[in-house]
Amino acid sequence: MKLITTLLAAVALTSAALSKDVELLNVSYDPTRELYVDYNTAFAAYWKAKTGDTVTIKQSHGGSGKQARSVIDGLKADVVTLALAADVDAIYENAKLLPKDWQKRLPDNSAPYTSTIVFLVRKGNPQNIKDWDDLVKKGVSIVTPNPKTSGGARWNYLAAWGYALKKYGSDDKAKEFVAKLYKNVPVLDSGARGATTTFVQRGIGDVAISWENEAYLAVKEFGADKFEIIVPSVSILAEPTLSVVDKVAKKKGTTEVAKAYLEYLYSDEGQEIAARNFYRPRNEQILAKYSANFAKIDLFTIDGVFGGWTNAQKTHFADGGIFDEIYLKK
Amino acid sequence: MSSRSPRSVLPGFGLSLGFTIAYLSLIVLVPLAAAFIKTSGMTWNEFVDAVASRQVLASYRLSFGISFLAAAVNAFFGLIVAWVLVRYPFPGKRIVDAVVDLPFALPTAVAGIALTAIYARNGWLGFLEPVWGGVVGPDGHVVSNGLVQYLDQLLPGVNWGEWLGLKIAFDRPGIFIALTFIGLPFVVRTLQPVLEELEPEFEEASATLGATRWQTIRKVIFPQLLPALITGFTLSFARALGEYGSVVFIAGNKPLHSEITPLLIMTKLEQFDYRGATAIAVILLVTSFTLLLLINLLQSWTRRHQRA
Repeated sequence: MKLITTLLAAVALTSAALSKDVELLNVSYDPTRELYVDYNTAFAAYWKAKTGDTVTIKQSHGGSGKQARSVIDGLKADVVTLALAADVDAIYENAKLLPKDWQKRLPDNSAPYTSTIVFLVRKGNPQNIKDWDDLVKKGVSIVTPNPKTSGGARWNYLAAWGYALKKYGSDDKAKEFVAKLYKNVPVLDSGARGATTTFVQRGIGDVAISWENEAYLAVKEFGADKFEIIVPSVSILAEPTLSVVDKVAKKKGTTEVAKAYLEYLYSDEGQEIAARNFYRPRNEQILAKYSANFAKIDLFTIDGVFGGWTNAQKTHFADGGIFDEIYLKK
Repeated sequence: MSSRSPRSVLPGFGLSLGFTIAYLSLIVLVPLAAAFIKTSGMTWNEFVDAVASRQVLASYRLSFGISFLAAAVNAFFGLIVAWVLVRYPFPGKRIVDAVVDLPFALPTAVAGIALTAIYARNGWLGFLEPVWGGVVGPDGHVVSNGLVQYLDQLLPGVNWGEWLGLKIAFDRPGIFIALTFIGLPFVVRTLQPVLEELEPEFEEASATLGATRWQTIRKVIFPQLLPALITGFTLSFARALGEYGSVVFIAGNKPLHSEITPLLIMTKLEQFDYRGATAIAVILLVTSFTLLLLINLLQSWTRRHQRA
């Protein structure tokens, strides 16, 4: 017995000496939970095969803005995978933990997968909702979180704005449209998951404006006999962005593995996992393979319509911005 | 025995006072001071913008108003609960007694989610919603009246629907329910020991001197309970004012209507506006400190008044 334990200890010690145990902390936002559970297993296997090191990835999820704030306040994240570039920008601006040009370091604006904004309605679509115009009709009740606290809700808001701008031609008309839309919102949850719960479990609202992946997840989780996904004619290309948090990774000595962790998302396997979790992969072939899940929508970008996140944030969501005006002006 | 300063019979005053001050500073005062310091970096105009915008003012009215209401209701029903628990033996008393503490123990987010699930339109108590706020059709017309609409007819001129909210969960009544829930144990637990200490001799004396039962309650029992009742009310009120976790789930969180002050602080934080957030926190702190101080003064006044 003693011999066995000694042997075991010896084996454990030598193998520990040969290969390292590395731990990464990935700070992400709410709806990526399932995606990264899958991806972490795949990456750990890949990394083990490549280097012999055992990498354990810890996950942290929450509202995107709140997560960015935790990192600013000292949560030791090696990588951040957040809902929008503005939240990663905030980490640069408030804590300088990563360089200003972080978004240029990885392909496709540092967004290996994208998503868009769609509608989730109750089975049979009783309010006959087909497109954005149907949302501002009298008596339609909409669930969408508060864009001041939720990254996802900001995409929702901007998608509606972009649609109205395209259709009606002016910012004034777009503002009128969005104001009408929020008149139909009975509950402003603080985060995307909370809003999904309100819609799915509390039975509030005729339609939830939601991330495409979140909508698919709700249908998968609660049954296609209860909910349907409606794809509007126009929507926004949502690019959830990610970055290594340079200063933290350097201090922990994990820069190399952290970089590889993000880069591997662009590999065929990474892209497949994203697609399986209802995120639109960048890789055209894999996108084509999963095309049944991803309806063709006319997608506009935030850079094209709003001049980037910094501008959109300032004009629409800052205190005293257009979103505040919509509620405060009667 | 030539020591000049009179010595207490118990040792360790200096040590324990020093410990008290150090402990309070570390746990309470330093974090609070941080809030003030962060705010002091703002110019006066920034400060006013942050703490006195229309949205924030509306949230103060809501938070203070509903917290006060919830604490008042808790003071009334908490008194009854404490009375029953102390005065009457009944089967299952221990269990009831333990149930009172549940709001202390339950994580507030769980309380919020549970209350929302129960009071939402499709929940167990969802049938209360049309009883309260009537049924409003898709065109905005009232299909059937609820209490709020009757109140409208009875006392016209006030927009009762706006004041009271037409729904229960995701509206003002939901906030009230959550705040009442978390505040109840404070009243019961402050009253219980005082009730247990009440000398039955006073009541007997009162009865033998010819007082009616109602007079005994009003003139003999109630005055002895009043200081504890005020303390319970205050604790419950202060707790409600700062409550965030349970309320955000059930409030609906609509600007100007059902947005509590702690939520606005969180909203500012989400936008990385640390100073704006602490500024509102400072206002909340100063106001509730003033209120607590006033209530404490009132309490010591009632004590002295009684002895006289």
